[in-house]
Amino acid sequence: MATVLKIENLHKSFKLGFLLKKKEILRGISLSVEQGEVFGYLGPNGAGKTTTIKCILGLIFPEKGNIEIFGHPYLSPKAKEKTGFLPENPYFYDHLTASEFLDYYSQLFLMKKEAKEEKIKSLLRLVDLEDSADLQLRKFSRGMLQRIGMAQALLNDPSLVFLDEPLGGLDPLGRKEIRDIITRLKDEGKTVFLSSHILQDIEMICNRVAIIVNGEIINQGALHDLISEKILFTEVILSGVNEKELKELGECLSGHGDRTLLKVFKEENVEKALQLAQSSKGKVHSLIPRTETLEDLFVGIVKQR
Amino acid sequence: MKIKAIAFNTFKEAIRDRILYLLLFFAAVCIISSRLLALLTVGDKVKIIKDVGLSSLSLFGALMAILMGTGLVFKEIDKKTIYTIISKPIHRYQFLLGKFFGLVLTLFIMLLLMSFIFLALVFFHTFTIEWEMLIAILFIFFELCLITSVALLFSCFSTPILSSIFSLAFYLIGHTAWGIETLIKKIPPGVGKTLAQFLYHFLPDLENFNFKTEIVQHLDIPSDVYLYSILYGIFYTLFVLIIAVLIFRKRDFI
Ligand SMILES: Nc1ncnc2c1ncn2[C@@H]1O[C@H](COP(=O)(O)OP(=O)(O)O)[C@@H](O)[C@H]1O
Ligand SMILES: [Mg+2]
Repeated sequence: MATVLKIENLHKSFKLGFLLKKKEILRGISLSVEQGEVFGYLGPNGAGKTTTIKCILGLIFPEKGNIEIFGHPYLSPKAKEKTGFLPENPYFYDHLTASEFLDYYSQLFLMKKEAKEEKIKSLLRLVDLEDSADLQLRKFSRGMLQRIGMAQALLNDPSLVFLDEPLGGLDPLGRKEIRDIITRLKDEGKTVFLSSHILQDIEMICNRVAIIVNGEIINQGALHDLISEKILFTEVILSGVNEKELKELGECLSGHGDRTLLKVFKEENVEKALQLAQSSKGKVHSLIPRTETLEDLFVGIVKQR
Repeated sequence: MKIKAIAFNTFKEAIRDRILYLLLFFAAVCIISSRLLALLTVGDKVKIIKDVGLSSLSLFGALMAILMGTGLVFKEIDKKTIYTIISKPIHRYQFLLGKFFGLVLTLFIMLLLMSFIFLALVFFHTFTIEWEMLIAILFIFFELCLITSVALLFSCFSTPILSSIFSLAFYLIGHTAWGIETLIKKIPPGVGKTLAQFLYHFLPDLENFNFKTEIVQHLDIPSDVYLYSILYGIFYTLFVLIIAVLIFRKRDFI
């Protein structure tokens, strides 16, 4: 597989305040993204995700480091021709209507008139804003702005798309809509670089992730390599069973009324717990096996520091 | 063509700005109240109307250029609309030039509107349309282009309020450059004189664009004076735009 994006040893600091004190934001970021994957860039707020993306797109200039997009130096127009970008909390010219806005941006790609109209129509369909084509952006809801932002990122049919917290601040329905679009992009063979501080989002759609904390990448790799899929423990909720007997099978946690939450670590003990419930005419209310999640990994790593 | 796209969007955005119409309104009030002023004074009434009218055009045009020019780039950065533009295959200088031409187009339209009011008022007094006034107005336009570039330059690294103050100072000093000239003659050689000389050569002499008196008085102006003023305007504007681009190219959008 071809490498689409390659970042080596990226450093960036901001000069802040009256005394222009230097604050290091990125401390040697290196990562690479392969063609066709959905790459998750994961980190807590303020870790430097947006800063990294802004460096890649030439909005800010790193002090040190090397960035290549499709083998081109990153600031070259050739690299930009093939990339798209949806910023965090996007805001656009609110006096334009959705189609005027896309028309304006398509002029920056020197698109031909007919191709342009065709493209705008199909993009509005893709992001489900056909009915709002003539609505001014000031009247758009958060979710609609995010979707029109997605449309402008795709105007040039990019092979690589940068999405900065694309699901941020959306309701469940809005999140699903954006997730579906990302899945579509993946199916079309595009490479997606997705930043987020929300683990579930990344877990659901990404093939590979890099975890950034405090301006450094602390872990990088395929999702199933980072997280073990073995069952850590099983949570069983029972009622009508003698607690003393249960204690031998695992850890008894709180109970509501006569219900007991049992944390079982050995697989054979799960069976025993079920048998116990049956023999004492008790009830099993739920049984959930817990595997390690990205969250566990993440919390573990962040705690270590 | 990318410059054109940005220029037209800038224009579309600029003509929605209420400040523009507020200034236009005050300009109209000033132009029309020159009639009142003319009634109160002895001497050639029409001349006073022309003098006050042309001065209003210049002043309010400059205020429009400064207030809009200092806000436009800042707003794009502040509201982060610039993020999605700069990440497209476009050079930063194209963005800045697009902003410049969009604003110049806006000012051109505003100047036309003000000129219309002005010429109509003169027409009510003389019953002729005095086309030669347009020469004076054309040079006001050149001056506005220069002021726009200066406002853009300041807005590349500073906030709208500071930029407006700087640009306004530039406008005022530019119209009193002759004051510095006389100052240079009076002060003895030394640091003060060198400084004054430096200022005199570096700051523009905006009086180069002022043909109000000559035109109102129907004085003859040699054509090479016109030519000099035009070239002066073009080269100074270009010079300021180049500096603005050099600063803008290195800027972090944070
Ligand atoms: N405009 C700015 N001025 C000063 N510091 C900033 C600015 N933007 C971001 N930072 C700092 O840079 C760090 C990284 O920010 P950012 O890249 O936005 O994080 P993330 O996107 O991962 O939440 C934060 O600690 C933040 O305080
Ligand atoms: Mg961010």
